[in-house]
Amino acid sequence: MHGKGDQVSTSDYVDETAPSNSARIPAPAGKATSAPLMGRKSEPTIFEFSSPGRRAWSFRTTGIPEWEPQELVPARMLRDRPVDLVEVPERDLVAHVTRLTHRQYSVDLGAYPLGSCTMKYNPKVCDETASLPGLTGVHPAAPAGLCQGWLELLWGLTEALCEVTGMAAATLQPPAGAAGELTGLLLMRAWHASNGERRTKVIIPDSAHGTNPASVTLGGYETVTVPSDERGLVDMAALRSRLDGDVAGIMLTNPNTLGLFEEDIAEIAAAVHDVGGLVYYDGANLNAILGVTRPGDMGFDIVHMNLHKTFAVPHGGGGPGAGPVAVSERLAAFLPGPLPRRSENGSFEWHTPASSVGRVHAWHGNALALARAWTYILLNGGDGLRTVAQAAVLNSNWLRQRLRGFYDIPFDRPAMHEFVASASSLKKSKGIRALDVAKRMLEEGFHAPTVYFPLVVDEALMIEPTETESLETLSALADSLISIATEPPGEAALAPRSTPVGRVDEALAARRLQATWDAVLAGDGRTG
Amino acid sequence: MNVPEHLRYTSDHEWARGDSDGVRIGITDYAQDSLGDVVFVQLPTPGRRVTAGESIAEVESTKSVSDIYAPIDGIVSEVNQELTDAPQRLNEDPYGEGWLCVIAPDGDSPLAPLMDADSYRGLIEG
Repeated sequence: MHGKGDQVSTSDYVDETAPSNSARIPAPAGKATSAPLMGRKSEPTIFEFSSPGRRAWSFRTTGIPEWEPQELVPARMLRDRPVDLVEVPERDLVAHVTRLTHRQYSVDLGAYPLGSCTMKYNPKVCDETASLPGLTGVHPAAPAGLCQGWLELLWGLTEALCEVTGMAAATLQPPAGAAGELTGLLLMRAWHASNGERRTKVIIPDSAHGTNPASVTLGGYETVTVPSDERGLVDMAALRSRLDGDVAGIMLTNPNTLGLFEEDIAEIAAAVHDVGGLVYYDGANLNAILGVTRPGDMGFDIVHMNLHKTFAVPHGGGGPGAGPVAVSERLAAFLPGPLPRRSENGSFEWHTPASSVGRVHAWHGNALALARAWTYILLNGGDGLRTVAQAAVLNSNWLRQRLRGFYDIPFDRPAMHEFVASASSLKKSKGIRALDVAKRMLEEGFHAPTVYFPLVVDEALMIEPTETESLETLSALADSLISIATEPPGEAALAPRSTPVGRVDEALAARRLQATWDAVLAGDGRTG
Repeated sequence: MNVPEHLRYTSDHEWARGDSDGVRIGITDYAQDSLGDVVFVQLPTPGRRVTAGESIAEVESTKSVSDIYAPIDGIVSEVNQELTDAPQRLNEDPYGEGWLCVIAPDGDSPLAPLMDADSYRGLIEG
């Protein structure tokens, strides 16, 4: 919006040397927004609806004195011409955004078996809680005495997360899983520093999430990779050969990214502890063991949780997320603060641990995301959370059994909440790659599974049906995957044919990235 | 898969060839096929001292990012700058125009520990 209504006139944008009727004809980019754009057509970019001088709306009178920018801002800081913003009326803007939302696939629309991401349905009551005026209307700087409800909620959630993970204390501040990882590594560093040690290495399995080595690097450590053995689990001999007094710790996901439970976890934890290292639990797959077993009981020292995956917080582009970190007793003094605490008289207060590593996020984290997770925990109760894990594991194994014989199952043993199939044989026999299967799934009306991850499996299809899908939906999902594997070769290579955007040239897009509209205009004609 | 007889190989799917100016290295046909369309290559800085097994470059495809390891000890003497603008050369011609860099080797027979074509073929077909 321009400060002074429509002070900037169309003439500012029109080339004065152009023929005199140029201001009356539609601008070059001005696509008609009300022409039928629904259905299978791809939606133009917002830039293509722009027409000089169009505005959403302007206040007719505001009663507020208006100033020219020149009167308020030093001349050297003023632009010599208005910034090139998109110029569209409200009607066209709303139509554009609404059409875009109608073209999205989402968890609320149907099954979303995107392995590793736990794209389960989130109960709407969690959103309802997060919308309560008593929660949304409180400023985070309000004195503790005026927001006891919020403190009680955050304290209750902290206690529940400690119980679920078997840890002693937790911070709710980190705004996402990766932020939780970095927090965990900062805690690891602070712990070793308090012992007068400066260790340099962190061990990570070769099947780990990409965020693990990234967090290790950001935390100032060097990554050492430990290979998986033929079971798809951490190779114990290889681990032992990498352990020495320079190892700050190990980061593990259990179940791991192959969906397999690390059976030797107690032995792994003991071996790392023997050399003075800490054991870090990446909570990405915590939803598989909720209420069944606990990282604390396995010997883990630090646990991050992805509340959006394990409990209920919108994720993907819908964030914000929440990545609380829980720790064992010996690390509690290093946690970021302030943390909620119940005082002796029963009221709630903030406190910051003695050797805190400092804040990792403004205020108290993404508080409304935390409110959603707390709602989900109360809604299910302890026994319900256990059922969540059991149903997630059951659904995953049911689907794995249905797909046997149609897809390779590289580590064909009971899986946890997800499993990894492979299109390796399909690629050799019929030229169908994991990417083709994923694209064909879009035509079938499902979100695609995760492909080409974990890296240790060739042509990987990582499938996580989650606990929220019915047997009928799982059955339809299996039928679709089976029909893709059994149909004539060539079909999948053409997919997707029923979506607004068809098969895109991903390699070209990555090699010649044009991330802005300016770049697209400038690059016109040289996209080959 | 194309496995030229005259090259030497590593278990990380790199090839090496003794040239007059040093040891030229690249990734194998098998590697480029597994990676898929390569979209970005990060090359080492010429003059860098490298040790066999050390990560010296990165190849990013539409599927993943992979490290390239030095097959031998030595000093990087030359890199294939063309890959910066045309990473697809790795897919099109992995043994020719898609070479990665040249390493001036430390020892007299740097290629001796590497696999010959038969052994490498055994590795990828086994």
